[in-house]
Amino acid sequence: MEITLTLNGKKLTRMVEADTVLLDFLRKEGCYSVKRGCDTTNCGLCTVFMDDKPVLSCAILAARAAGHSIVTMEGMQQEAAEFGAFIADQGAEQCGFCNPGMIMNAIALLRENSEPTEEEIKEFLAGNLCRCSGYEGQLRGIQNFIAWKKAQAQA
Amino acid sequence: MLTIREYKQAATLEEAWQLNQKRPNRLLGGMLWMRLSKGNVQTAIDLSALGLDTIEETETEFRIGAMVSLRQLELHEGFTAYSEGANKEALRHIVGVQFRNLATVGGSVFGRFGFSDVLTLLLVMDSYVELYKGGIVPLADFVNMPYDRDILVRIIVKKTAAHYSYKSVRISKTDFPVLTCAAALTQEGVQAAVGARPAKAALVKDAEQLATLPMTAEKAQAFAEYAAGLLPTETNPRGSAAYRTHLIKVLTARCLTELGGKA
Repeated sequence: MEITLTLNGKKLTRMVEADTVLLDFLRKEGCYSVKRGCDTTNCGLCTVFMDDKPVLSCAILAARAAGHSIVTMEGMQQEAAEFGAFIADQGAEQCGFCNPGMIMNAIALLRENSEPTEEEIKEFLAGNLCRCSGYEGQLRGIQNFIAWKKAQAQA
Repeated sequence: MLTIREYKQAATLEEAWQLNQKRPNRLLGGMLWMRLSKGNVQTAIDLSALGLDTIEETETEFRIGAMVSLRQLELHEGFTAYSEGANKEALRHIVGVQFRNLATVGGSVFGRFGFSDVLTLLLVMDSYVELYKGGIVPLADFVNMPYDRDILVRIIVKKTAAHYSYKSVRISKTDFPVLTCAAALTQEGVQAAVGARPAKAALVKDAEQLATLPMTAEKAQAFAEYAAGLLPTETNPRGSAAYRTHLIKVLTARCLTELGGKA
């Protein structure tokens, strides 16, 4: 079947199978930031934005994305690069495999709530599993990023 | 592995219903649970184009479309105010925000899953399901109806005067619950819905007037013991039947104590 969607700001028309999941479609389009982790809708590695909302691309049929706007980390270079670099400087990552999904969801959080509490950060990122950082580094990194952005705004 | 041969976005409910009468075809909800199933689907029927993704609030009720996401229900200001935050407490533990942006209320309710926090919450409210062919049915009845090939169009929650409380126990964050408990204090008295026993949620009303106002710890405990006596539990890898029965007593008593403070 033929679908048309907007991927990272560009309109695309492609042929897909009825059961192609968005994750596979996106990787075929070269969006390698979108990772397959658990493949059971639990780990958050495959997080992308669909009409500005974070969703799990492993659980959406590509056909269902027709007519919608999909944004991966490749499509938000500046915002993701700033946050990703900050997180790396904070030593908040280890292997980095979960980073794209975590960065996407953290950006979704900060767009919705620019000054989240520790509990709000933990709750929003509960769907992003990380097997090596223990989450403490990520939490500290996000809190420091928020403080840094606030200081920048006040300067 | 799940395979799908054709995908069809239904243009009308009638078209969706007609397609759904064929056994190899399946309706799509959020597709989170279905994605993990095995089998061959001839036609996957999508209701996304039917405008069922909104929550309408009127003076007397909430009309929650079948395709409303769990996240929409969690963030809806009117429903949050009405449920006194019980909606957030019921929904915030379900996997993650990305998951809840996809999972649908209709899928959760139609599935009548044992682990469903959503079903537990809605069951304790004055809730109804609107079925395309079956009409409007109280949720308490729908829970026990056999699975058929009708379409759940929306869930209706009447704004009955009530206070609500919700609690659940999980072994770890974002896991399936070991037990879910929602309680309501209405003008007729208290009632509790308990799910993940691990069977689907069931409702217990205070037929013996054990927990009348003013609520005390003793009255809350008496109703909790009564509920635990009526609700069978079973063992699965998340907990034993005995542990779940104990949890019914603890969570129900805590919910009622909280309700007593709101009255």
